[in-house]
Amino acid sequence: MTTEHYAVDLGPAAEILEGYPAEEASLIQVLQDVHRAYNYLPCDVLGTIAKTLDVPLAKVFSVSTFYKAFALEPQGDTIIKICVGTACHIRGAGQLVEELERKLGVGPDQTTEDMKFTVKTVNCVGACAMAPVMIVGETYHGSAKPARVGKFLAEVEVDHAD
Amino acid sequence: MRIESKTAFESLQSEARARHADAQAEIHVCCGTGCLANGSKGVAEAFAAEAEKRNSNGGPPLVVKPTGCHGFCERGPLVAFKPSGLLYTKVKATAVSEVVEKTVENGEILSRFLYKDPTDKSRIEQYSDIPFYKHQNRVAMRNIGLIDPTDILDAVAEGAYAGLAKALFDMDPDQVLDEVETSGLRGRGGAGFNTARKWRSCKKAPGERRFVLCNGDEGDPGAFKDRSIMEGDPHSVIEGMIIGAYALGSHEGFIYVRDEYPLAIVNLMIALEQARAFGLLGTNILGSGFDFDIKISRGGGAFVCGESSALMLSIAGKVGEPRAKYVHSTAKGLFDLPTVLNNVETWANIGAIIDRGGEWYASMGTEKSKGTKAFSLVGKVKNTGLIELEMGTTLRHIIFDIGGGILADRPFKAVQTGGPSGGCVPESLLDLPVDFEKLTEAGSMMGSGGMIVMDDRTCMVDVARYFLAFLIEESCGKCTPCREGLRQMLTIYDGLVEGRGKSGDIERIERLAKGMQLGSLCELGKSAPNPVLSTLRYFRDEYEAHINDNACPAGMCRELTAYRILEDLCGGCHACFKACPVDAITGEPKALHTIHHDACISCGACFDVCPDQAIETFPKNTLFETEVV
Repeated sequence: MTTEHYAVDLGPAAEILEGYPAEEASLIQVLQDVHRAYNYLPCDVLGTIAKTLDVPLAKVFSVSTFYKAFALEPQGDTIIKICVGTACHIRGAGQLVEELERKLGVGPDQTTEDMKFTVKTVNCVGACAMAPVMIVGETYHGSAKPARVGKFLAEVEVDHAD
Repeated sequence: MRIESKTAFESLQSEARARHADAQAEIHVCCGTGCLANGSKGVAEAFAAEAEKRNSNGGPPLVVKPTGCHGFCERGPLVAFKPSGLLYTKVKATAVSEVVEKTVENGEILSRFLYKDPTDKSRIEQYSDIPFYKHQNRVAMRNIGLIDPTDILDAVAEGAYAGLAKALFDMDPDQVLDEVETSGLRGRGGAGFNTARKWRSCKKAPGERRFVLCNGDEGDPGAFKDRSIMEGDPHSVIEGMIIGAYALGSHEGFIYVRDEYPLAIVNLMIALEQARAFGLLGTNILGSGFDFDIKISRGGGAFVCGESSALMLSIAGKVGEPRAKYVHSTAKGLFDLPTVLNNVETWANIGAIIDRGGEWYASMGTEKSKGTKAFSLVGKVKNTGLIELEMGTTLRHIIFDIGGGILADRPFKAVQTGGPSGGCVPESLLDLPVDFEKLTEAGSMMGSGGMIVMDDRTCMVDVARYFLAFLIEESCGKCTPCREGLRQMLTIYDGLVEGRGKSGDIERIERLAKGMQLGSLCELGKSAPNPVLSTLRYFRDEYEAHINDNACPAGMCRELTAYRILEDLCGGCHACFKACPVDAITGEPKALHTIHHDACISCGACFDVCPDQAIETFPKNTLFETEVV
């Protein structure tokens, strides 16, 4: 995986940093807010965070790569999460991953070329009674069947057209 | 409105209880994550709109409450009516005006929304008569589903913060500790450590500041009790933590919540804010002179952060790598200061224990495991959902009486408990009374209370492989036995499920398991071989079939399994044709269908949809012989 260098506006990051005490304990919270603002953690922003919080850049990278919630590459407009917790696994989550691969041409942790979708697998979202669960954007789909995957994707396209 | 004394709190209670006294009916719409996935938000909005329309006309008002998870997620969206006790299941937003008109106004019961008992097909009206609820005994989840989690007065009306008022005004900190000790409460996060003992050792430790933490990093796949408690009754957690802080003399607390639980974070934030506004949290709580406040710390999506020392590092903004356990976090925890960390469910029990007494709590459960326990009952069982039962209830009662038995009445094979640190309990142990000791004796553990039911179509080798793959991703990588041991084991398992198993594989797995148990630093690594060892203990024959016969008895391992349609049973319904993702099935409607083995990827989609059970699996290595026949 290559991490390309993208030029980004540092304004929103500076604003986020102002809201936290300049100490190491703020690091994860800052990264979470930055991630929400940019939809990923841009390289340049990590440098700014390291300087402002007075934490070595290596440490900032270490935290950014340790926690799964963080991505170091730009994400698609819609993130599709397939739960692969135990209950979802035995009720066929694997089939959903395959169906998405067939429909979108990308596997877990990959983004479609048009930047519309990023596919992710997550270890249990805690909606096990509805297994298997697939989350498209913010929408939870319970008892998801491969045959319905196309419909879930079409719903997103409609939302985007609006 | 700040409450400044015990009397003021008591009048707030009566005020809250009287709030809806004149209501014609209360309608509780379940808005837990499960029901939301089924569209309950639209249902709640439709009820609210109907209520507004009616209430503006005068007369006894209709109260609509969006509540937390009722537990019976399989049947959602759920709508409960008070005071009648009626429960409607699978309610659609489009049916709401009819429900209000017929059921609320005229008392007519619409039988199509009633729960249908799968055993005798009878329709059940009352919430409390449904087997799923009838056998439950709720303590930690006492108010979930009864209250609107975003309305503190609702919680107060149902008894929230009564335990806190009692602790602050009628008891000294040591009495609180004694009461928790009497209750026999043990940690609900998995290990089952005695709560009072943990508190005492923290209290003894020297330090100017000390912390009270709540572990809401419920990472065990298949468990979601903590999510439901945080979402559905955040006040029970907050109350428990304040009482704990009072007993320990702590003034700062943190709730560490998984990144995957956004609704829990929102509801906790609202609850904290409301508790502060009412003087139940912050400085000079209820005018008692005691100060305590809670912050929320959002996790970053790392399973290992559920481990105590990793969690504390994560709150401090660091990478969550566990440390060796010779230093106890009760003495040197968060920021190296004395810290008590308890699970969400443990904290949710505290308020009830103080309010009703430790002896009441200890009167429930078994000799060494007191009280009740929340479980998420999921997998291949008819009634999936969240339940709370007295400790000592048998697995058979849980799975067959409450869970309604196995999906499609297939044979039961095993139940997995304890997440990636647990194991699989086989059919021969179905009468096992569930408590901390008994599960450990059976080679599994309590863990977070996830119970994943498995039927004959679940391959136990694949289940063990699943947990290894899970743990490889979640192992922090700090110590070698866990990091490398998992990887080596997975290589062996990949061979097993792909038909490359060799004699000696089982022994190699066992040797690696022993090394990991001995050499790993934290409990995640030490317990990582448990799913492997428990499946080997009870399902060795399945391993042997994979190795010796290149066959998967459950018909799940794709490389070893092929599918065929049985001529006599196929009704030509065409369902398999539509379900096949790779167009490997041919056949006209109402005629016999055929699976083409050269195109088939053995995914099993046809098997799952066939209404006639006309599709069967057979070992792939016999494919050639079969075609000749």
